[in-house]
Amino acid sequence: MNRPPLWLKPLLHALIAMPLLWLAWGWAELLWLNPASQALSAEPVTYTHNGLGLLALRALILALAVTPVFKLSGWTPVMSLRRMIGLWAFAYAAIHLIFYLALELDFSLAALWREAMKRNFILFGLAGFLCLLPLALTSTRSAIKRLGGRRWQRLHRLAYVAGIAGCVHFILRVKGFQIEPYLYLAILLLLFAIRFMPNRRRASRARGLPA
Amino acid sequence: MLIRTSPRWALPESEATPESLYLDRRALLAGMGVAGAALAAPAMASTDVKQLAALKSRRTHSAGEDPTPLLAVASYNNFYEFGLGKDDPAANAHTLKPSPWGVRIGGLVKKPFVLDVDRYISQAALEERVYRMRCVEGWSMVIPWLGVPLSTLVAFVEPLSSAKYVRFTTLADRKQMPKIGFPTLDWPYREGLRMDEAMHPLTLLTVGLYGRRLPNQNGAPIRLVVPWKYGFKSIKSLVAIDFVEQQPLTSWNQSAPREYGFYSNVNPAVDHPRWSQATERRIGEFGKRDTLPFNGYAAEVAGLYRGMDLKRNF
Repeated sequence: MNRPPLWLKPLLHALIAMPLLWLAWGWAELLWLNPASQALSAEPVTYTHNGLGLLALRALILALAVTPVFKLSGWTPVMSLRRMIGLWAFAYAAIHLIFYLALELDFSLAALWREAMKRNFILFGLAGFLCLLPLALTSTRSAIKRLGGRRWQRLHRLAYVAGIAGCVHFILRVKGFQIEPYLYLAILLLLFAIRFMPNRRRASRARGLPA
Repeated sequence: MLIRTSPRWALPESEATPESLYLDRRALLAGMGVAGAALAAPAMASTDVKQLAALKSRRTHSAGEDPTPLLAVASYNNFYEFGLGKDDPAANAHTLKPSPWGVRIGGLVKKPFVLDVDRYISQAALEERVYRMRCVEGWSMVIPWLGVPLSTLVAFVEPLSSAKYVRFTTLADRKQMPKIGFPTLDWPYREGLRMDEAMHPLTLLTVGLYGRRLPNQNGAPIRLVVPWKYGFKSIKSLVAIDFVEQQPLTSWNQSAPREYGFYSNVNPAVDHPRWSQATERRIGEFGKRDTLPFNGYAAEVAGLYRGMDLKRNF
């Protein structure tokens, strides 16, 4: 496999980490430098919570865009970015969940379960996270070997389930009719559709064959 | 002999806004403003509070709690006509022109008229009332409002005995409200109160906050504040108040009847279907505090709902 340019991964790490660093800086400012700071709006808890959730969904969609981008462009190095973006999506989703547990539920897993049983949007969010968990745990090279490529691949299709669950979580959460969560769902479905397109290289080779 | 006394802030009936003009009142207001503007206190169209005209008032009611900082009150808003984000109204509401402004008051009343808001503000005996404001989303503020009890206005128009409810309507003008082209809700935004709720002394027809005219994002130039109900009942930027016989349809109730009832009294015992209403986060605090029945105004208003099942009439 072609290696990506050396700067690509560090740049991508920096780009994806930036919003997290911005939130961390906002909280540091709020807690130690300027309690009246409005950098994270007048309600920093909700701002942070919603922001983390949105970033998790965006990172997940970005991870799911890798294969379609490869398919459309044929640029192999892009594939080597898939794991790191996926792990970032998991990280944002995990911080989103921990933040919710800490500030809304006093770290009570029993309360989390009660909320999930009572409210569909929590259930979908939690389901999405539980889909991502085994993917993060089996993201190493050795895990791929242990599972075998085919089984590993089948397991990792859960990423799409997680994406759909995340979108439904978002759709069910907002008030009134809002277009934004549906846009994310549309992008996700588009990416999914591209996977079923005929393979470029194989198709072109087929065209080149004599009849 | 019938002697009709009109206060000076009433416009002649001939200038009343026909209902069909709710959606485009600009042309009408342009003509109406000529008379009003001369008398009115200078009112700047602004989202920047420091530029707004200062108002005289006397404090008549205090929540006994520290008010939420003005910066938060004027920057963390729900006003979907200007965008869905909490900071969108402060960023976008500069397009609203709160002066001149007329509110058509009519329906089942003896004396319908159009309220000239600039004149009203310059002549009314404004009260400052520090109220708690509890949003249905689970956050709250304490805000020093300036206004006049709605009941004085109700008494002035002399509702007919058939008037059982009051319907309130917000401006819905694409030119002034950039996000109204999108059907987040069924525009214009509408709210309603039962007659006794409208007459309650806590119900405030509000024209200012923190000693100044209302910033646009807070519902300039005139809005309702009903402190014992969830914030969305306190409708902003009013253009019409109608007295009606039937319980009026309200925007949030139409959008999601299971989630937003007509009454929408603050009630920690009745959850929103998607989240608990037992606690709230006061803006400026990280922890949560308990939500109080009727937002802490139970002593004043619980009697309005005696005998009613508040779980069903949520």
